[in-house]
Amino acid sequence: MARVLPKRDAVIIGLGWTGSILAQQLTDAGLNVVALERGPWRDTATDFNIAYMQDELRYAIRKDLFLKPSVEAMTMRNNAGQTALPMRDYGSFLPGDGVGGAGVHWNGQTWRFWDSDFSIKTHLTQRYGAAKIRGLQLQDWGVTWDEIEHSFDQYEYICGTSGKAGNIKGQIQPGGNPFESPRSRDYPNPPLRMPYASTLFAEKMRELGHHPFPLPSSNLSRAYVNPLGIRMGECTFCGFCERFACGNYSKASAQTTILPVLMKKPNFELRTDSEVLKVNLTPDGKMARSVTFLDAQGVEYEQPADVVAVCAYALMNVRMMLLSKIGTQYDPVTGKGTVGRNYCYQTSAGARLMFDDKHFNPFIGAGALGQTIDDFQGDGFDHSKLDFVGGAGISCTVSNGRPISNRPTVPGSPRWGAKWKQATVDGYQNSMGFGSQGSSYPVRENYLDLDPTYTDRHGRPLLRITFDFPDNDVRMSHYMSEQLEKLTKPFNAKYTAVARLQKGWNSVPYQSTHNTGGAIMGTDPTTSAVNKYLQSWDVPNVFVVGASAFAHNAGMNPTGTVGALAYWAAEAITTKYIKSPGALVPA
Amino acid sequence: MGRSGFRRRSGFFWAAVFVALSVPALAATTDAGKYQVILGDCEGCHGKDLAGGVVLETPFGRMVAPNITPDKETGIGNYTAQEFNLAMKRGVAPGGKRLYPAMPYPYYAHMPDSDVSAMWDYLRTVKPVKNRVNVNQLRFPFNLRVLMRGWNALFFRPQPIADASKSAEWNRGSYLVNGPGHCGACHAPKNAFGADKRALTGTSLQGWFAPDLTSEHHAGLGSWSRVDMVEYLETGRNAHSLASGPMAEAVENSTSRMTMADLDAMAVYLKDVPPSKGNGGGASGIDAQMKAGARAYELSCVACHGRDGKGSALFPPLAGNAAVRQVRADTVVRTVLAGAKAVATPKAPTGPGMPSFGWRLTDEQVANILTYVRNNWGNQAPAISPETVKRIRSELHSSS
Repeated sequence: MARVLPKRDAVIIGLGWTGSILAQQLTDAGLNVVALERGPWRDTATDFNIAYMQDELRYAIRKDLFLKPSVEAMTMRNNAGQTALPMRDYGSFLPGDGVGGAGVHWNGQTWRFWDSDFSIKTHLTQRYGAAKIRGLQLQDWGVTWDEIEHSFDQYEYICGTSGKAGNIKGQIQPGGNPFESPRSRDYPNPPLRMPYASTLFAEKMRELGHHPFPLPSSNLSRAYVNPLGIRMGECTFCGFCERFACGNYSKASAQTTILPVLMKKPNFELRTDSEVLKVNLTPDGKMARSVTFLDAQGVEYEQPADVVAVCAYALMNVRMMLLSKIGTQYDPVTGKGTVGRNYCYQTSAGARLMFDDKHFNPFIGAGALGQTIDDFQGDGFDHSKLDFVGGAGISCTVSNGRPISNRPTVPGSPRWGAKWKQATVDGYQNSMGFGSQGSSYPVRENYLDLDPTYTDRHGRPLLRITFDFPDNDVRMSHYMSEQLEKLTKPFNAKYTAVARLQKGWNSVPYQSTHNTGGAIMGTDPTTSAVNKYLQSWDVPNVFVVGASAFAHNAGMNPTGTVGALAYWAAEAITTKYIKSPGALVPA
Repeated sequence: MGRSGFRRRSGFFWAAVFVALSVPALAATTDAGKYQVILGDCEGCHGKDLAGGVVLETPFGRMVAPNITPDKETGIGNYTAQEFNLAMKRGVAPGGKRLYPAMPYPYYAHMPDSDVSAMWDYLRTVKPVKNRVNVNQLRFPFNLRVLMRGWNALFFRPQPIADASKSAEWNRGSYLVNGPGHCGACHAPKNAFGADKRALTGTSLQGWFAPDLTSEHHAGLGSWSRVDMVEYLETGRNAHSLASGPMAEAVENSTSRMTMADLDAMAVYLKDVPPSKGNGGGASGIDAQMKAGARAYELSCVACHGRDGKGSALFPPLAGNAAVRQVRADTVVRTVLAGAKAVATPKAPTGPGMPSFGWRLTDEQVANILTYVRNNWGNQAPAISPETVKRIRSELHSSS
């Protein structure tokens, strides 16, 4: 029998980026909030000790900060004809764990999806006709650019994002990204200084007539005080960022931007090591009344609340909805049902170049450090003569020169022994790369549901991912590989290799942690799980916040848009829902 | 369901406002009394809820601060106003029981009766908490309270702290520093009987070195402007330093909640405190330590504190930071070994932490780094030996 705790105004499931943003905004509005976090408490000086944070074996190889499959695993298959098997080690993507979530170990690329993303179906249909997107389950997000722009701005200023605006209120800014949607003002901090590889990339791209710009980075280019009064340090280019936490207070995370203020609030409580099992609904299934969770000792509690905000990782948000029977399971055969719909990933390719006489000094690195061209991004280029829609950002980033994982060698080099060692020495200073990070568009066959066979340690079914790269996206990615071939030419490298995406998603090698969709936002309750305010159509006191709400994935890192959606949802709760609890959009 | 929850909340809120507006007289007294609790930093020892329990490690053994909530059984609910006044100003509890001067009555003795009475009025309004505290855990013979009669006879002689030749601000500052603020309780050297000497020249306590607050230039605060002092007391940080350890608590519980006028008065007074004898000056014959220290500093410290020792907007400077130049090295050594958490205040909420380096730096490396830091960028202070680091390391191990 669960122990029933005193009722709160709001309970938040998961204290990562979105949970922290919601907790901060809701407590500011006077609500009494409790957050339940499955993993441990983590703070900079004590858990991300700069004196040992650069332990590549512990953090990058043994994945110390990540979710363990023994806590929650998932099953995967490429299509509905196969039997899904559990991933016994996370590989293709690496969910976070503990306070701060994946926002602890992210790189810090802080992009804004474009205005054309939020109204993608309308936009592409108007430009190319409905036939162009046949076979894709593209749909508008329900929120418009003009509505949500200020939420992006809010997130960037909390993070202290370093970058250069390309479009301020319609005025194209030299040195920025001319393809971005109009922003109300510049980034809070100037771009990071650039390493040699990225500088060289930008020079060559400019020669080719493209438009390179410093990619927006929440690794800070200078010391900064954010709007909450929290101070952040200047990035030292240590090269231990992705898969690591920042010991230097210079990568934006919940810890470095929100928690110092949030944790002191008398109307906020955090319970760590507290795993939510499900959201409990009223007998008619129309309202959530509480959540059930287990503490570290396995004691079961029930936490009643007026509002439930599901703020876990995208895939776990979807599973929480399915386990709690909030909304109906999507069925790829009939196309009916909403939860699990429009699961998307990321579609990437890359180029590696090797030289004889360079000194790239790759140890001068940061998580989000580099130059990008968006000339082939989204619908920023004409697709009328192309056999696909979508696009990719092409970036030259320098993230690290770490000794275990960064040992590029010319193909054909020995794989071990003295000659291999020499080849790694030659390759270390002479290697650079750039890559395309491509969009992932929804198709009927890609979806999420509960696995019929495999369960977790509490006996709950695991989430099942059914996914393969859709043909449209494969064609897009191959087009990008052709562009990469062209882009490598002016470098006159001694050796050049460009990868081409293969059909048949493999969950073993790391690719991207940008899983999106499954509880998508939209205008129609028959094709989306949440409305434009990320409020469940079916259970209006449940808000499901995160990349789970993305109706498709663009060729950009998702966190900027995740942060904006969190501020957008928090604003809806504090300015609309509190005054008039109930459905904010009539179904 | 959701609707009613929010309605209740706002209803309660308006009721609270109404009550507050309708009894201004009582509110004013308790506000004044609450401010006295802030000036006296009662929470520092008696805890946020004033129910006691904070342990003080003294050279005579351990003391635990008692419960001062109005609980009749375990707190001070049975005190009268007069008994409270006697405890505050004479160190005598009901029944003639002698208090130990860990309760800083020699400082509170300077408080006017009206302020003590306001404090009493406020303390009667706080929530009673049932929490029995075993206060006296001192070693024999110090656990015999009767000894305090003799101590009082010898050392409890409140000296005048006012000076008619000085400004009103100076006098207010002197009152705050030497009266309720009881700065000397930490910052004044003690005699063999634990009595404070009158100077704020710094001393070791509880594993930290409470620094020299005089206007001396190397170990003291001679280079701090009045504005620097106010900023530090209000926010816990300024261009020179960042509060951590026991001072972080004093800033959080007390000085960050004082009025700007009072902070300014304290600054005026502290700027005028005659200089101490300093820290004994820079070390000599330390070339080898300086060289090794520079190398180790480059590897472990530069990223945050900078090659120039100037720190950043987030991390404190080491150049010109009085905390690193104290005559004794307790604070800097323990900070390197065990780390430290900076204060977080409403105006400076970050509270950055210094991570622990004790696990990876040897005693010799710590001694070298700190000798280098204490004698570089214009800093001058005695060298630190590996033996000192070893001693502090073992003290940290035995206390944790």
